[in-house]
Amino acid sequence: MVITRGFSGRGRPAGRSSGRIPPGQHLVSDFPVLTAGPTPRTPLERWSLSLRDAERDLTVLSWADFEALPQSEMTADIHCVTKWTKLDTHWRGVTVDDLLKAAGLTNPPGMFATAECDGGYTTNLPVADLIDGKAMVATHFGGEPLTPAHGGPARLLVPHLYFWKSAKWVRSLRFRDGDHPGFWESLGYHIYGDPWREQRYTGDT
Amino acid sequence: MTSAAPLPLRWRTATVIARRPETSQVATLVLDVPGWPGHRAGQHVDLRLTAADGYQAQRSYSIASANDGTAVAITVERVADGEVSPFLLDEVRISDDLELRGPIGAYFVWNPEAGNPLLLIAGGSGVAPLMSILRARAQAPDPPAARLLYSSRDEASIIYRDELDRMATATGGPGILYTLTRERPTVWSGALGRIDRAMLERVGFPPTDEPLAFVCGPTPFVEQVAADLVALGYPGERIRTERFGPTGAVG
Repeated sequence: MVITRGFSGRGRPAGRSSGRIPPGQHLVSDFPVLTAGPTPRTPLERWSLSLRDAERDLTVLSWADFEALPQSEMTADIHCVTKWTKLDTHWRGVTVDDLLKAAGLTNPPGMFATAECDGGYTTNLPVADLIDGKAMVATHFGGEPLTPAHGGPARLLVPHLYFWKSAKWVRSLRFRDGDHPGFWESLGYHIYGDPWREQRYTGDT
Repeated sequence: MTSAAPLPLRWRTATVIARRPETSQVATLVLDVPGWPGHRAGQHVDLRLTAADGYQAQRSYSIASANDGTAVAITVERVADGEVSPFLLDEVRISDDLELRGPIGAYFVWNPEAGNPLLLIAGGSGVAPLMSILRARAQAPDPPAARLLYSSRDEASIIYRDELDRMATATGGPGILYTLTRERPTVWSGALGRIDRAMLERVGFPPTDEPLAFVCGPTPFVEQVAADLVALGYPGERIRTERFGPTGAVG
């Protein structure tokens, strides 16, 4: 560790937020957009969400089907690998637990899942990080429908991992037995991405 | 990038060897990074500042230079009330040490072997990684055609102006069009106003030429330009975007 001459730092979190900011992160009040490539726009009448077991559809939900499922609220701190952290973000959507229940599944059909999205983006996650209330497919942020730039109509929300795992424009959760790197995971980013262990890049421990 | 046993990107100590003012709000720091493995045009570094009591701040900065041994240039824009950029612009002196990790990135990168015509679209300090691409292109033996469309607030805010003008007049140099959004100079040969679909159609290559577009700037700028390119027939996979903001590579 090299002490930077003359640097005292102005971003120290105090009070309520101290202890909530992972290493290397700093607080922001806005909600930055980070996306690879152009923003896809899918009309709701063409939108569907599938749960898939390897290559087989287990269930395909229309927007109306999805909206009819139990809606849950989640308040969470989110951490982007580009170093920003935003506290107390408020979301609404359907938990992955409720999606599995809707597909008639008592157990997830695999140890890992890949989120597949409009625009071709993918990201991989252990199923254990998606269940027990830890993750949802979110359609609302701050009480408003998600805008396309932030992943609307629906995005995955897995707030305890770096935010690239919370895939925008999600259209399918594909369950599989192995952990297959997704888009950023194949481009030098960490396979798991725990912000508290600062797992930003491939090889970070 | 991924292998059976990936090596972690370790923190390296970099020494400031030069400082170049670019505009009133922007300066370039040239860092000497012993052991630097080289980088690809468009990649970035993570910079880490450490206070005497152990407090640390990290930010990402695009690399603005092409490969040049162990020298790495970053271009820093002042973010009002920022924690890191005012420090880098006002406090850092030649021979100071800074820590960095890199090079990072494998998506917003240009491969000199790619023959696709290059369309580079910059908003403000988003020109930094595109400058790295243009500098790498200038060193390439047989580079594809390239055009830069660069939007600035006013003439005084154009970063790298002299070098870009020299590039544009060199044999095989890129076509460059500046556009100004908040000033109309009395003498001005560039464009005026925000980049829109008509300007992109005029400057860009036809989609049938299979151009590769790199777009970098503030989020609303990138959203608009990328949507316009899609409307003009550019396939999404040939539009590489990098969104800058106070929380991105210019903090």
